[in-house]
Amino acid sequence: MTAVFAVRGKTARQLAGTGTLVRFALRRDRVMIPVWVAVNALMVLSMPNALKGLYGTPAERADLMRQMATNSSLRAMVGPVFDDSLGALTAWRVGVYAGALAAVMSLLVVVRHTRAEEESGRQELVASGMVGRRASLTAALLTAATANAVLALLVTAGLAGQGTSGALAFGLGIAGVGMVFATMAAIVAQLTESARLARGLTAAVLGAAFVLRAAGDSATDDGSSPLTWLSPIGWLENLRAYADERWWVLLLFTTAVLVQGAVAYELAGRRDVGMSFLPTRPGPATGRLGTAGALAWRLQRGSVLGWSIGFFLAGVVYGGMTEGAADLVGDNAKAREIFERMGGQSGLTDAFLASMVGMLGLIAALYVVGSVLRLHGEETSGRAEPVLANAVGRLRWAAGHLVIAFGGAALIMLLAGLGLAAGYGKEAGPILGACLVQLPAVWVVGGLAVLLHGVSPRLAMAAWGVAGAVLLIGWVGPALDAPQAVLDLSPFGHLPKLPGGGMEWGPVAILTLLAAALVGTGLAGLRRRDLTS
Amino acid sequence: MTKAITVSALHKSFGRTHALDGLDLEVETGEVHGFLGPNGSGKSTTIRVLLGLLRADSGAAQVLGRDPWADAVEVHRRIAYVPGDVTLWRNLSGGEVIDLYGRLRGGLDKARRAALIERFELDPTKKGRTYSKGNRQKVALVAALASDVDLLILDEPTSGLDPLMEEVFQRCVEEERQRGRTILLSSHILSEVEELCDRVSIIRKGRTVESGSLADLRHLTRTSVTAELAGPPNGLAQLPGVHDLDIQGRRVRLQVDTDKLDAVLRSLSESGVRSLRSTPPTLEELFLRHYQDEAAAR
Repeated sequence: MTAVFAVRGKTARQLAGTGTLVRFALRRDRVMIPVWVAVNALMVLSMPNALKGLYGTPAERADLMRQMATNSSLRAMVGPVFDDSLGALTAWRVGVYAGALAAVMSLLVVVRHTRAEEESGRQELVASGMVGRRASLTAALLTAATANAVLALLVTAGLAGQGTSGALAFGLGIAGVGMVFATMAAIVAQLTESARLARGLTAAVLGAAFVLRAAGDSATDDGSSPLTWLSPIGWLENLRAYADERWWVLLLFTTAVLVQGAVAYELAGRRDVGMSFLPTRPGPATGRLGTAGALAWRLQRGSVLGWSIGFFLAGVVYGGMTEGAADLVGDNAKAREIFERMGGQSGLTDAFLASMVGMLGLIAALYVVGSVLRLHGEETSGRAEPVLANAVGRLRWAAGHLVIAFGGAALIMLLAGLGLAAGYGKEAGPILGACLVQLPAVWVVGGLAVLLHGVSPRLAMAAWGVAGAVLLIGWVGPALDAPQAVLDLSPFGHLPKLPGGGMEWGPVAILTLLAAALVGTGLAGLRRRDLTS
Repeated sequence: MTKAITVSALHKSFGRTHALDGLDLEVETGEVHGFLGPNGSGKSTTIRVLLGLLRADSGAAQVLGRDPWADAVEVHRRIAYVPGDVTLWRNLSGGEVIDLYGRLRGGLDKARRAALIERFELDPTKKGRTYSKGNRQKVALVAALASDVDLLILDEPTSGLDPLMEEVFQRCVEEERQRGRTILLSSHILSEVEELCDRVSIIRKGRTVESGSLADLRHLTRTSVTAELAGPPNGLAQLPGVHDLDIQGRRVRLQVDTDKLDAVLRSLSESGVRSLRSTPPTLEELFLRHYQDEAAAR
């Protein structure tokens, strides 16, 4: 009996139900995947035109190449330039980021359909059906592969105008990075019991890949450093799309995907559903948490720590490249204009610093939304209900999280400022001031999240849309020379451009009051409405 | 006796669904009150109103003499609540959650906490995500039972417990009653309510259909009687309240409305009783009949 089952179970049966699961996964991700793919493809495909505006003449492009060869801090950010065609510049300018975006999309998709399903317990129900032991993993990888294939297709088709073989190489390279991290996530998902941890660990590997490539590229100007070759993102660069493509680099992607996939398959076949190779360690038998605020801190402290480190390091990096970047931009009238639009017209170093500070402010808006929406997560998961059934008022419960959201935003902006000042080595006071001036705008976005959650919890997730729109306006608006009316839609558009520009207390005060009003209205709504469950 | 909970004509709708449609409920101080109804009848919605988590559309609710919406925090200081579906934080251990809930209520009896953890055989060092449903429920139960409160609101607290643990739970509830605490126990497991409760309220479709002590509700039920007689039975079929009569020689099986039992017994003893077995009505039957009748009436 056993032997018969073992023989039958060997091959086809392990994958039974995969087709159904893939269709199911694509159906569940029918919004998420198209948005990721579209944003990534749009970023890539908008580049040739933008670059044409910036570096229109061959002389300007040759100049850029020369500059990049000598500027190691900028090479660390975007990699070396291999050729001065528009296609090559496109691959240079967005390659690192398109690859990283594809990697994030892929790891999210894979973890969502493997470990997250097991953790929620839904997988048990699925696995009890006509579903093979390895079907879920296969379906998750196929879903990620579908997304990456569509992305590769769009990039190839969209860039074909610059030359088809370069377009194909670039498209395949981006998808290759995506699939390397899809299979990486598949391994990590076997190791951890928590989906959040699986996502975090895979993202950490992605971060390490980014750092390795950055270190390698700052050391050499042609991507030949061994550090660059250690990073899948470095492979994309060394594929050299539009610069005499090295097709054999695609073999690296293929090998990595196959090896990692095989490891994940082997692990998946050896463990129980819901279990992992790194089991959770036991916790203390008694606890010291005693207030709703302490609970909120306990739940959010990891994320606050992560954001703090990230913002400080980003500050150090941007600060360190400020001088070099200002030199580079200084030679290009068009690029200079864009920086001045973002950062004010008071000398290029200040303009560069101001635009970096502004960018960090925009990213801090993501932190504040994520932190405020913890309230929403606690409520919809049913964890808020027993807490609020204790002697804890709703306002006190919310306040715990909001202090961390709004205070945490101040903390990470302060740390970013310290990092910038440390990296740049001077102007500590004005830089710190510039960072703190971002806060009222960050708080307005956070206040909108509080309002949505408090007044209409069903719309709470729309706060992410607000943050995304603000980010889009702040990042893309100046480069596209968007009309002032559009820029004014974002609270960040009203902030004085510091350092360099003059301080304007009026808009800062108004935004602060607006944020306070939004929070107040949201909390009033929270007190009055039913708890969702 | 003062009332721990009074609810009258409570209405609550979610969009087009009328979850509560004029519900009444009275719980005396110091009693164990069973709150019975099938799934989706409005038990959890009522409890959420009693906890001030939902605001009633109309009607009045008082918990421990206060308005649970306006004075939520003061009321909650004297209440412990166990939800039907306990979710825990994935990275907090069971022990941490028990202590957190205890402190948020204003105190927890350490000795009692230790005793309860032992009786429920709970491992307090495990993290939230590794507990099974039953164990998550034990976490909430230990936290509630070890708290120093006047009113326990338990929403289907045993739905994940095995029979042994259910018995532990029943003993704990009995102890709580003897300490003078009031308990509102919602359930669709009737034997549990029958075992524990002084009085019950039965609700259906957001409305109270029956309320009273178990004795009061006996009139709704039938006792089944099986007897072996010395002589032939006589006139049983003519007695009021007798159903499903089955006579085979001197063996008699019948169902009788519980309040008509007396006449049946008299009639049986006239024929001389050799053996008699009567099964008291279970709430199960009460429940079933109640809903069958409603279904038949429609």
